[in-house]
Amino acid sequence: MREICIDFLLVFAVGGGFCVIAQLLIDYTKITPARILVSYVVAGVILTAVGVYEPLVKLAGCGASTPLTGFGYSLARGVESAVRDRGLVGALTGGLTGTAGGITAAMTCGFIAALVFRGKPKT
Amino acid sequence: MNLDANTYQVYAKGYGKKSPVLRDCACAFLVGGIICCIAEGLYRLYLHLGIPETNVRILTPVSMVTLAALLTGFGWFDKIAKFAGAGTLVPITGFSNAVVSPAIDTKAEGFVLGVGAKMFIIAGPVIVYGTLASVVWGVIYYFLHRGGIV
Repeated sequence: MREICIDFLLVFAVGGGFCVIAQLLIDYTKITPARILVSYVVAGVILTAVGVYEPLVKLAGCGASTPLTGFGYSLARGVESAVRDRGLVGALTGGLTGTAGGITAAMTCGFIAALVFRGKPKT
Repeated sequence: MNLDANTYQVYAKGYGKKSPVLRDCACAFLVGGIICCIAEGLYRLYLHLGIPETNVRILTPVSMVTLAALLTGFGWFDKIAKFAGAGTLVPITGFSNAVVSPAIDTKAEGFVLGVGAKMFIIAGPVIVYGTLASVVWGVIYYFLHRGGIV
Protein backbone atom coordinates (compact mmCIF):
# COMPACT_ATOMS: atom_id res chain seq x y z
CA MET A 1 0.00 0.00 0.00
CA ARG A 2 2.82 2.39 0.93
CA GLU A 3 4.57 1.63 -2.32
CA ILE A 4 1.47 2.50 -4.35
CA CYS A 5 1.17 5.82 -2.51
CA ILE A 6 4.78 6.70 -3.28
CA ASP A 7 4.30 5.66 -6.93
CA PHE A 8 1.28 7.91 -7.32
CA LEU A 9 3.04 10.79 -5.56
CA LEU A 10 5.85 10.51 -8.12
CA VAL A 11 3.30 10.45 -10.96
CA PHE A 12 1.62 13.52 -9.50
CA ALA A 13 4.85 15.45 -8.92
CA VAL A 14 6.40 14.77 -12.33
CA GLY A 15 3.16 15.28 -14.29
CA GLY A 16 2.35 18.44 -12.33
CA GLY A 17 5.94 19.63 -12.75
CA PHE A 18 5.70 19.51 -16.54
CA CYS A 19 2.52 21.62 -16.32
CA VAL A 20 4.17 24.19 -14.02
CA ILE A 21 7.04 24.68 -16.50
CA ALA A 22 4.50 25.36 -19.26
CA GLN A 23 2.53 27.70 -16.98
CA LEU A 24 5.69 29.70 -16.24
CA LEU A 25 6.38 29.96 -19.98
CA ILE A 26 2.83 31.22 -20.57
CA ASP A 27 2.96 33.75 -17.70
CA TYR A 28 6.47 35.10 -18.24
CA THR A 29 6.88 34.93 -22.02
CA LYS A 30 4.71 35.66 -25.02
CA ILE A 31 4.77 32.03 -26.18
CA THR A 32 1.29 30.92 -27.29
CA PRO A 33 -0.19 27.64 -25.99
CA ALA A 34 0.05 26.16 -29.53
CA ARG A 35 3.80 26.82 -29.57
CA ILE A 36 4.13 25.26 -26.14
CA LEU A 37 2.46 22.07 -27.37
CA VAL A 38 4.78 21.94 -30.39
CA SER A 39 7.87 22.61 -28.24
CA TYR A 40 6.85 19.96 -25.72
CA VAL A 41 6.51 17.25 -28.35
CA VAL A 42 9.84 18.14 -29.99
CA ALA A 43 11.46 18.37 -26.54
CA GLY A 44 10.11 14.90 -25.79
CA VAL A 45 11.79 13.51 -28.91
CA ILE A 46 15.10 15.18 -28.05
CA LEU A 47 15.03 14.13 -24.38
CA THR A 48 14.32 10.53 -25.43
CA ALA A 49 17.13 10.66 -27.99
CA VAL A 50 19.69 11.75 -25.39
CA GLY A 51 18.45 9.05 -23.04
CA VAL A 52 16.91 11.22 -20.33
CA TYR A 53 13.24 10.45 -20.85
CA GLU A 54 13.24 6.66 -20.65
CA PRO A 55 14.43 6.63 -17.00
CA LEU A 56 11.83 9.31 -16.21
CA VAL A 57 9.04 7.12 -17.64
CA LYS A 58 10.38 4.16 -15.60
CA LEU A 59 10.31 6.35 -12.49
CA ALA A 60 7.03 8.22 -12.90
CA GLY A 61 4.98 6.11 -15.35
CA CYS A 62 2.03 8.10 -16.62
CA GLY A 63 3.40 11.22 -14.92
CA ALA A 64 5.97 11.26 -17.74
CA SER A 65 4.01 9.60 -20.54
CA THR A 66 0.78 11.64 -20.26
CA PRO A 67 2.23 15.16 -20.80
CA LEU A 68 2.88 15.95 -24.47
CA THR A 69 6.60 15.30 -23.95
CA GLY A 70 5.40 11.69 -23.61
CA PHE A 71 3.93 11.99 -27.11
CA GLY A 72 7.44 12.88 -28.28
CA TYR A 73 8.75 9.91 -26.30
CA SER A 74 6.36 7.59 -28.19
CA LEU A 75 7.48 9.13 -31.51
CA ALA A 76 11.15 8.56 -30.68
CA ARG A 77 10.60 5.05 -29.29
CA GLY A 78 8.55 4.14 -32.38
CA VAL A 79 11.23 5.35 -34.74
CA GLU A 80 13.97 3.48 -32.85
CA SER A 81 12.20 0.14 -33.02
CA ALA A 82 11.27 0.67 -36.70
CA VAL A 83 14.87 1.51 -37.63
CA ARG A 84 16.09 -1.62 -35.82
CA ASP A 85 13.53 -3.76 -37.70
CA ARG A 86 13.61 -2.28 -41.21
CA GLY A 87 16.65 -0.06 -41.47
CA LEU A 88 16.60 3.50 -42.75
CA VAL A 89 13.01 3.23 -44.07
CA GLY A 90 11.97 2.90 -40.45
CA ALA A 91 12.91 6.55 -39.92
CA LEU A 92 9.90 7.42 -42.08
CA THR A 93 7.41 4.93 -40.62
CA GLY A 94 8.29 4.56 -36.95
CA GLY A 95 7.18 7.89 -35.50
CA LEU A 96 3.59 7.81 -36.62
CA THR A 97 3.35 4.07 -35.94
CA GLY A 98 4.27 4.73 -32.32
CA THR A 99 1.63 7.43 -31.93
CA ALA A 100 -1.06 6.10 -34.29
CA GLY A 101 -3.39 5.12 -31.44
CA GLY A 102 -3.54 8.55 -29.83
CA ILE A 103 -3.81 10.46 -33.11
CA THR A 104 -6.51 8.20 -34.55
CA ALA A 105 -8.46 8.32 -31.27
CA ALA A 106 -8.37 12.13 -31.33
CA MET A 107 -9.57 12.23 -34.95
CA THR A 108 -12.35 9.72 -34.27
CA CYS A 109 -13.47 11.56 -31.14
CA GLY A 110 -13.36 14.88 -33.01
CA PHE A 111 -15.55 13.58 -35.79
CA ILE A 112 -18.08 11.89 -33.49
CA ALA A 113 -18.19 14.95 -31.24
CA ALA A 114 -18.90 17.15 -34.29
CA LEU A 115 -21.83 14.87 -35.15
CA VAL A 116 -23.23 14.71 -31.63
CA PHE A 117 -22.58 18.07 -29.99
CA ARG A 118 -23.67 21.52 -30.97
CA GLY A 119 -20.93 24.15 -31.35
CA LYS A 120 -20.72 27.45 -29.59
CA PRO A 121 -22.21 30.33 -31.57
CA LYS A 122 -19.42 32.47 -33.00
CA THR A 123 -18.95 35.80 -31.27
CA MET B 1 4.09 57.44 9.16
CA ASN B 2 7.77 57.78 8.44
CA LEU B 3 8.99 55.10 6.10
CA ASP B 4 12.10 54.86 4.01
CA ALA B 5 11.85 53.18 0.65
CA ASN B 6 13.11 49.85 1.86
CA THR B 7 10.71 49.42 4.75
CA TYR B 8 7.88 50.58 2.56
CA GLN B 9 8.61 47.81 0.07
CA VAL B 10 8.46 45.20 2.79
CA TYR B 11 5.29 46.81 4.15
CA ALA B 12 3.59 46.99 0.75
CA LYS B 13 4.57 43.47 -0.15
CA GLY B 14 2.69 42.17 2.84
CA TYR B 15 -0.50 43.84 1.72
CA GLY B 16 -0.11 43.48 -2.01
CA LYS B 17 -2.08 40.96 -4.02
CA LYS B 18 -0.68 37.47 -4.05
CA SER B 19 1.19 36.88 -7.26
CA PRO B 20 -1.16 35.51 -9.92
CA VAL B 21 1.80 33.55 -11.29
CA LEU B 22 2.06 31.61 -8.04
CA ARG B 23 -1.66 30.87 -8.09
CA ASP B 24 -1.53 29.86 -11.78
CA CYS B 25 1.34 27.49 -11.11
CA ALA B 26 -0.36 25.93 -8.09
CA CYS B 27 -3.54 25.30 -10.13
CA ALA B 28 -1.54 23.90 -13.07
CA PHE B 29 0.44 21.62 -10.74
CA LEU B 30 -2.68 20.37 -8.98
CA VAL B 31 -4.82 19.68 -12.05
CA GLY B 32 -1.93 18.38 -14.17
CA GLY B 33 -0.92 16.05 -11.37
CA ILE B 34 -4.47 14.76 -10.93
CA ILE B 35 -4.85 14.10 -14.68
CA CYS B 36 -1.61 12.09 -14.72
CA CYS B 37 -2.77 10.13 -11.66
CA ILE B 38 -6.06 9.29 -13.41
CA ALA B 39 -4.02 8.00 -16.38
CA GLU B 40 -1.80 5.98 -14.01
CA GLY B 41 -4.90 4.55 -12.32
CA LEU B 42 -6.35 3.47 -15.68
CA TYR B 43 -2.96 1.99 -16.69
CA ARG B 44 -2.89 -0.16 -13.57
CA LEU B 45 -6.55 -1.09 -13.91
CA TYR B 46 -6.05 -2.31 -17.49
CA LEU B 47 -2.99 -4.34 -16.46
CA HIS B 48 -5.00 -5.78 -13.57
CA LEU B 49 -7.71 -6.83 -16.06
CA GLY B 50 -5.10 -8.90 -17.87
CA ILE B 51 -4.67 -6.71 -20.96
CA PRO B 52 -1.16 -7.13 -22.42
CA GLU B 53 1.16 -4.22 -21.62
CA THR B 54 1.78 -3.27 -25.28
CA ASN B 55 -1.97 -2.67 -25.64
CA VAL B 56 -2.27 -0.91 -22.28
CA ARG B 57 0.38 1.59 -23.45
CA ILE B 58 -1.97 2.56 -26.29
CA LEU B 59 -5.25 2.12 -24.46
CA THR B 60 -4.34 4.53 -21.64
CA PRO B 61 -3.74 7.65 -23.80
CA VAL B 62 -6.73 6.65 -25.96
CA SER B 63 -8.92 6.60 -22.83
CA MET B 64 -7.62 10.01 -21.74
CA VAL B 65 -8.27 11.42 -25.22
CA THR B 66 -11.83 10.06 -25.16
CA LEU B 67 -12.44 11.42 -21.67
CA ALA B 68 -11.22 14.89 -22.65
CA ALA B 69 -13.34 14.76 -25.83
CA LEU B 70 -16.47 14.06 -23.77
CA LEU B 71 -15.65 16.89 -21.34
CA THR B 72 -15.07 19.19 -24.33
CA GLY B 73 -18.39 18.21 -25.92
CA PHE B 74 -20.34 18.93 -22.75
CA GLY B 75 -18.54 22.26 -22.36
CA TRP B 76 -16.90 21.33 -19.05
CA PHE B 77 -13.35 21.23 -20.39
CA ASP B 78 -13.19 24.99 -20.88
CA LYS B 79 -14.36 25.57 -17.31
CA ILE B 80 -11.66 23.28 -15.91
CA ALA B 81 -9.06 24.78 -18.29
CA LYS B 82 -9.89 28.31 -17.12
CA PHE B 83 -8.92 27.26 -13.60
CA ALA B 84 -6.09 24.90 -14.53
CA GLY B 85 -4.25 26.80 -17.28
CA ALA B 86 -1.35 24.66 -18.44
CA GLY B 87 -2.60 21.88 -16.15
CA THR B 88 -5.09 20.70 -18.78
CA LEU B 89 -3.09 21.95 -21.79
CA VAL B 90 0.11 19.94 -21.36
CA PRO B 91 -1.27 16.43 -20.72
CA ILE B 92 -2.67 14.54 -23.72
CA THR B 93 -6.08 15.96 -22.70
CA GLY B 94 -4.94 19.29 -24.17
CA PHE B 95 -4.15 17.63 -27.50
CA SER B 96 -7.59 16.00 -27.52
CA ASN B 97 -9.29 19.31 -26.71
CA ALA B 98 -7.29 21.03 -29.48
CA VAL B 99 -8.77 18.53 -31.97
CA VAL B 100 -12.32 18.17 -30.68
CA SER B 101 -13.09 21.80 -29.85
CA PRO B 102 -12.54 23.23 -33.39
CA ALA B 103 -14.18 20.13 -34.88
CA ILE B 104 -17.41 20.94 -33.03
CA ASP B 105 -17.22 24.69 -33.59
CA THR B 106 -16.63 24.50 -37.35
CA LYS B 107 -19.50 22.11 -38.08
CA ALA B 108 -21.35 24.96 -39.76
CA GLU B 109 -18.53 25.31 -42.32
CA GLY B 110 -19.16 21.78 -43.53
CA PHE B 111 -17.61 18.40 -42.86
CA VAL B 112 -14.71 18.66 -45.33
CA LEU B 113 -13.25 22.16 -45.05
CA GLY B 114 -14.86 22.76 -41.65
CA VAL B 115 -14.59 19.73 -39.35
CA GLY B 116 -12.06 17.76 -41.44
CA ALA B 117 -9.63 20.61 -41.95
CA LYS B 118 -10.00 22.73 -38.81
CA MET B 119 -9.60 19.87 -36.34
CA PHE B 120 -5.88 20.06 -37.19
CA ILE B 121 -5.46 23.77 -36.70
CA ILE B 122 -3.37 23.19 -33.55
CA ALA B 123 -2.89 19.42 -33.59
CA GLY B 124 -1.52 19.64 -37.16
CA PRO B 125 1.66 21.56 -36.29
CA VAL B 126 2.14 19.35 -33.22
CA ILE B 127 2.04 16.21 -35.40
CA VAL B 128 4.15 17.77 -38.20
CA TYR B 129 7.01 19.00 -36.02
CA GLY B 130 6.89 15.97 -33.74
CA THR B 131 7.12 13.64 -36.74
CA LEU B 132 9.89 15.74 -38.34
CA ALA B 133 11.89 15.52 -35.11
CA SER B 134 11.36 11.75 -35.07
CA VAL B 135 12.62 11.45 -38.67
CA VAL B 136 15.79 13.34 -37.76
CA TRP B 137 16.31 11.12 -34.73
CA GLY B 138 15.53 8.03 -36.85
CA VAL B 139 18.30 8.87 -39.33
CA ILE B 140 20.80 9.58 -36.54
CA TYR B 141 19.72 6.40 -34.75
CA TYR B 142 20.24 4.40 -37.97
CA PHE B 143 23.90 5.41 -38.16
CA LEU B 144 24.45 4.95 -34.42
CA HIS B 145 22.87 1.50 -34.71
CA ARG B 146 25.01 0.52 -37.70
CA GLY B 147 28.08 1.78 -35.92
CA GLY B 148 27.17 -0.48 -33.03
CA ILE B 149 26.89 2.43 -30.61
CA VAL B 150 23.26 1.74 -29.63
